Amino acid sequence: MVLRNFPAIAFALCLIVLGAGSARADAYTDALARFAADSYSETEAAIEGVAASGHPLAAEVVSALQAGRLLVRAADRAVFIRDPAGGLKDARTGEATTANAADLKAVRLNNRVRRAADAAMGQLTLRAPDPRRRIEAAAAVFKSRDAGALAAIESAIAAEQDPGVLRAFREARASIALAKPDASAADQVAAVEVLRAKGDRDALALLRQIPPSAPDEVRGLAQLAASSIESRLALLQRAQDVAYGVSLGSVLLLAAIGLAITFGVMGVINMAHGEMVMLGAYTTFMVQEVIRTRFPELFGASLFIALPLAFLVAGAVGVLIEHSVIRFLYGRPLETLLATWGISLILQQAVRSIFGAQNREVGTPAWMSGSVDLWGLTLTWNRIVIVLFATAVFVALLVALKHTSLGLQIRAVTQNRRMAGAMGIRTDWVDAMTFGLGSGVAGIAGVALSQIDNVSPNLGQGYIIDSFLVVVFGGVGNLWGTLVGAMSIGIANKLLEPVAGAVLGKILLLVAVILFIQKRPRGLFALKGRFVEA
Amino acid sequence: MTITRRGAVGALAGAAMLVGSAGAAFAQDTIKVGVLHSLSGTMAISETTLKDTMLFLIEEQNKKGGLLGRKLEAVVVDPASNWPLFAEKARELISQHKVAAVFGCWTSVSRKSVLPVFKELNNILFYPVQYEGEESERNVFYTGAAPNQQAIPAVDYLAKEEKVQRWVLAGTDYVYPRTTNKILEAYLKSKGVKDEDILINYTPFGHADWQTIVADIKKFGSAGKKTAVVSTINGDANVPFYKELGNQGIKATDIPVVAFSVGEEELAGIDTKPLVGHLAAWNYFQSIDTPANKEFIAKWQAFKKNPKAVTNDPMEAHVIGFNMWVKAVEKVKSTDPDKVIDALPGTEAPNLTGGVSKMLANHHITKPVFIGEIKDNGQFDVVWKTEGLVPGDAWSKELDGSKDLVADWVEKKCGNFNTKTGKCGGA
Repeated sequence: MVLRNFPAIAFALCLIVLGAGSARADAYTDALARFAADSYSETEAAIEGVAASGHPLAAEVVSALQAGRLLVRAADRAVFIRDPAGGLKDARTGEATTANAADLKAVRLNNRVRRAADAAMGQLTLRAPDPRRRIEAAAAVFKSRDAGALAAIESAIAAEQDPGVLRAFREARASIALAKPDASAADQVAAVEVLRAKGDRDALALLRQIPPSAPDEVRGLAQLAASSIESRLALLQRAQDVAYGVSLGSVLLLAAIGLAITFGVMGVINMAHGEMVMLGAYTTFMVQEVIRTRFPELFGASLFIALPLAFLVAGAVGVLIEHSVIRFLYGRPLETLLATWGISLILQQAVRSIFGAQNREVGTPAWMSGSVDLWGLTLTWNRIVIVLFATAVFVALLVALKHTSLGLQIRAVTQNRRMAGAMGIRTDWVDAMTFGLGSGVAGIAGVALSQIDNVSPNLGQGYIIDSFLVVVFGGVGNLWGTLVGAMSIGIANKLLEPVAGAVLGKILLLVAVILFIQKRPRGLFALKGRFVEA
Repeated sequence: MTITRRGAVGALAGAAMLVGSAGAAFAQDTIKVGVLHSLSGTMAISETTLKDTMLFLIEEQNKKGGLLGRKLEAVVVDPASNWPLFAEKARELISQHKVAAVFGCWTSVSRKSVLPVFKELNNILFYPVQYEGEESERNVFYTGAAPNQQAIPAVDYLAKEEKVQRWVLAGTDYVYPRTTNKILEAYLKSKGVKDEDILINYTPFGHADWQTIVADIKKFGSAGKKTAVVSTINGDANVPFYKELGNQGIKATDIPVVAFSVGEEELAGIDTKPLVGHLAAWNYFQSIDTPANKEFIAKWQAFKKNPKAVTNDPMEAHVIGFNMWVKAVEKVKSTDPDKVIDALPGTEAPNLTGGVSKMLANHHITKPVFIGEIKDNGQFDVVWKTEGLVPGDAWSKELDGSKDLVADWVEKKCGNFNTKTGKCGGA
């Protein structure tokens, strides 16, 4: 009996499949044509149409659109996909083709279109083979809250094996369930539970947004979940403030540590210290320029190449300044201040004349971009790297001063110049080297600061005041003091900022430091005993 | 010949005399134009380009045969980003060099510093930068945007196109952001935005550590309503701000930032890929495709001998201002400031984006407003523009103290005429 009817059933099935297939193709081509209209709302409609058509090329078309590689020919409303290598494909058939590049225009995007494309891409890639892409897809659906994606999510959940992806899918389903007016109360209660477990800001936003029409039970639960998330986030906020404080402290430490040597150890009021930092940053820029034009594959290592060069450039300029100006002014702090202030202006204007007044672009290597999420704490990679780097520089400098012969001589000269001279130390040479070391360290600070600040002739000016503040507060002549000073100022600043605002916070901090210096003129870690000059 | 010291001194003296006399002879048949832009110090980053723009415009005008049959000559001074020095240099330009008009200033504080000098010595200043408004002086012509030509249309765009309901007004702590934010706050409230949906935040000049503020913005934006940032953050602080936004993963599709001080020039220092989709509001973008703009960019790049040289909004303002001044001088056949000041209102000059701007009686001009999205090549893609040209308001209609004031230098001869009391002299 089955066999007898088989041809008829098979025929009918074929018809249905064919019919559905061609209807799907029609919907797809119709939607594609709307890309050519050059209007954002038409493009949005086109994205929805393409995504809903279920056509095998749909995901490719939307991802090409996101990357600006979806081209249209205005004359016949034909749509093309350009692959990253430059080849052209007809978006209707997926076959390779050629077209006159002058006739083609990329479909324009604005934020509304981008959001629609993200949402569509989420629906289309729920079944992608790569689990990371599935999680991204789930996040996109979570954000779009499009009830149309519910069926796709349900079937994806049924087929999913990976626990991490499954969680993301359930969160996406919860987000839709709460937004859907006709969702059952049981579904919504489950959704609230899922969001409570998610426990971050996005979840909180959804829980707060539950419409008043929702059942009382759901609203009550949501309120409870929201307040539990809130108290957790408030705790996290303090942790975040401290983390940001450590990060700011490490920037201050980097900027000040060179000065801790030239000013702290040698006693030279070096107003050109900031310009050494700037020279380091410009060295980074030059290194990256050469790498960009000659060896683009080395870009990830550009900062490591720049570090020794920045040390040498800034160190050499430092030695030059010491030898040509500062050594004639030892023991005359006011003249030194004025002379180095003049040098700082000369260096700024020199850089301005050579490189121009505009900011220079220093790129961030891929391994330093983006952020990492630690239990809801967002820390950016470049800040983490700078904290580690500042620690490394600090330790290296400590070791250099304690355990090298130059370090020994530096300490000898600063403690008792005449005695050191009598012991056969070339004090003038040591002075030049010390100043060079301080300047060189400022130079490598510039490499790090180029990652978070403008590379412009004014770069150094922004750090000079803070650097002096840190060194004086920490105690002149003591590297540990500089470390503690930088960290206390950084953390205090970041704890004050959310309460008092950036401007007032800074003022309060300055007042506090002034009062502290009044009380303890020699700073946190004052040198004691016979090393203190009279 | 061996150069003896005495010989060298004599030669130098001779050369100096030669230069001096040549200068004097030259001065009699040129019209001098003062250029008052900082070439050193913090503002050099923005103002150097404007100095070059003026040199370029004057060179172009001289190629066309000059003005009133005489050549134009630029007198460039450097006020070095030092506000009191602006006043001294302005005095030097007017009383010593006898310039016919001055094109200059960037910051509002530098403009306020030179105002008394221009009033006292009765000369003309063309001011090319978007500013906070609330001013109209007889001697000053404002060719940059007033708040109603930049800030308010930008907010309207966000509310309409992006359906924004929550607003972060972030700015650097000085007069332009404070006044603009006051106007915007009043405007948003008049549109029914509640107090708790507006977050105002100020940061010091050159602020570099944006972690806390960006985290705050993220927090403010996760209350479930669409949020946008309206940024009046000044020049240099923008780079670390945008870097932090990119690093903390705030995308334009989540929380768009619309900036009033970020143009092509500022973006030259950033990798713009993470910023794609953030917005800027200006009256001109380099990417605007009109024949006038294409010709201007080609000539500018040839003048700078740099095929990558960018153009920006304040440059266009100088182009319009300069052309208006040339027309006014030609009309009255004199460079006498009084005559030119009276001739300028009503003067029209084509802008680079396809329209014709007109100098109004309040010494501001009509301008189109564009909203551009940052593209990955550091240029802007115009996503919205006003229907026609928007006339600049000297006094904001949103603020209590200024909504009754009008500036009219043609009929009322007054910069702050109070329509309620019918008297000149402010609120």
